[in-house]
Amino acid sequence: MNLTLKVWRQAHADDRGEIKTYEANDIPEEASFLEMLDIVNEQILEKGDDPIHFDHDCREGICGMCSLNINGVPHSKEKGITTCQVHMRKFRDGDTIWIEPFRAKAFPIVKDLVIDRTAFDRIVAAGGYVEVRTGSAVDANSVPISKPDADAAFDAAACIGCGACVAACKNASAMLFVGAKAAHLNLLPQGQPEKDKRVLGMVRQMDAEGFGNCTNQYECEAVCPKEISADVIAKLNRDYAKAAVKEAVGR
Amino acid sequence: MNSLGKSLCAFWNSSIGKKIVVAVTGILLVGFLLGHMAGNLLVFAGREAMNDYAYFLHHMLHGAGIWFARIGLLVAVVLHIVATVSLTLHNKASRQEKYEHEATVQASRSSRMMIVSGLIILAFIIFHILHFTVRVDSGLADLKDPLDASRHDTYGMVIAGFNVPWVVLFYVVAISLLCSHLSHGIASIFQTLGLRSAKTEKATKALSWGITILLWIGFLIIPLTVLLNIVNDKEAAGQAAIENSAVHNLTGYRPSLNQVPSAE
Ligand code: HEM
Ligand code: FES
Repeated sequence: MNLTLKVWRQAHADDRGEIKTYEANDIPEEASFLEMLDIVNEQILEKGDDPIHFDHDCREGICGMCSLNINGVPHSKEKGITTCQVHMRKFRDGDTIWIEPFRAKAFPIVKDLVIDRTAFDRIVAAGGYVEVRTGSAVDANSVPISKPDADAAFDAAACIGCGACVAACKNASAMLFVGAKAAHLNLLPQGQPEKDKRVLGMVRQMDAEGFGNCTNQYECEAVCPKEISADVIAKLNRDYAKAAVKEAVGR
Repeated sequence: MNSLGKSLCAFWNSSIGKKIVVAVTGILLVGFLLGHMAGNLLVFAGREAMNDYAYFLHHMLHGAGIWFARIGLLVAVVLHIVATVSLTLHNKASRQEKYEHEATVQASRSSRMMIVSGLIILAFIIFHILHFTVRVDSGLADLKDPLDASRHDTYGMVIAGFNVPWVVLFYVVAISLLCSHLSHGIASIFQTLGLRSAKTEKATKALSWGITILLWIGFLIIPLTVLLNIVNDKEAAGQAAIENSAVHNLTGYRPSLNQVPSAE
């Protein structure tokens, strides 16, 4: 199949950047989206030009490294998959495809389509963990957890931290990510001791990183490759309100 | 600053804290709208019922009641606006470089124009207060109840006020935008306060739309039925007031026909 690509090219963080047009010819429809970019890059390299830089790692939908806004939608309009799992058979011969980086003030562009998502790491470091004694493994079933709680925590824990929620949000808000990371621990008995500290810490770090605020439009939920529900945002709001009140009255 | 003050500041300065302020003030404002609409519908019960109600509002708690309500509403509106404008500016700043090709998956049109609908509602609120509360049009301000000349004729004022087509048009546009605001706003309250989940999604949406449609019909039925002359002012003085006010609005001409001498 033959395609026209409109790709964001930006030489470095401070470059202005612009959309450049590429013709991608003879793309096999069984190629993945990233393989399609690999093919285009080979052609660019043959001409001696700078290839299109993009993030990727596992290419099997589990690491959260790939990104890209494809025709305006993070990870493309296909539901519940990452960019690396998108296949070219989802497009038609002759299509024009817009490819842009995930855009947010908190995700600065490094080069072309590569972005810096370490803001997420700092949010996790601000509370997205439990403190446990290491060395001797605890017996797996020593802490009983109800099935619904275990399932809900597992659903939240499915977040791969790709940042599509931020990219899709009209306000570049990270609430789905933070909600998922907080809910995953707040739903479990192991997460209880540090629950309030966790929520306050993570929300404050999220704000400090310059992410926007949630306006309850659920664009994040619609594009999340792991289909995490905006319920985790409601829970984050609730847990934050409780923690803030406790903090105000001195517990 | 003591620790409570510090916590309050931290709450206000946090994204979620400010959103909770928006949601709580939103609840107060929606509650007010429901009460205001119910009271307004007394226009269909006639002049006496409407004017009794207006008299009651102005005299409850020896006249202090209405000021408590006004101050409460003013505080709610100011907090709502300060919080939402600051959130909106912050949101704009969170993505400085826009997408060249942007798509929307499921955000409603109403949800994407909250600040615009909100600011037009604000303009409307100011107009509405000048129109019916401060009554800058003395043709409306000086109306006296033909049944009791010692009090203002709220009923006659509503009929006269809504006999002016452009005024009615502005009310229709503003109330429709208000309802657009609420079609997203009321459902949002549940999410912001952490009371929504996928399970209750249908119920919150239904409630949100139910209240929104109720308010739309309840508020707009008054100006529309008045303009279409389905509700009109049978007492002669009121009838003259209609003409005078309409004429006054267009020409500034105001004969004193409608002015029953006041009892003061
Ligand atoms: C009678 C007047 C008003 C009512 C009843 C009302 C009601 C509401 C409600 C219920 C919400 C949702 C709260 C939440 O997000 O949880 C809301 C949000 C909002 N309101 Fe208002 N509002 C009114 C006036 C205004 C005005 C004058 C402005 C002008 C600045 C405004 C701007 C906004 C904005 C920007 C939001 C946030 C939208 C979002 O988060 O998506 N509102 N309003
Ligand atoms: S490259 Fe690992 S999820 Fe796409």
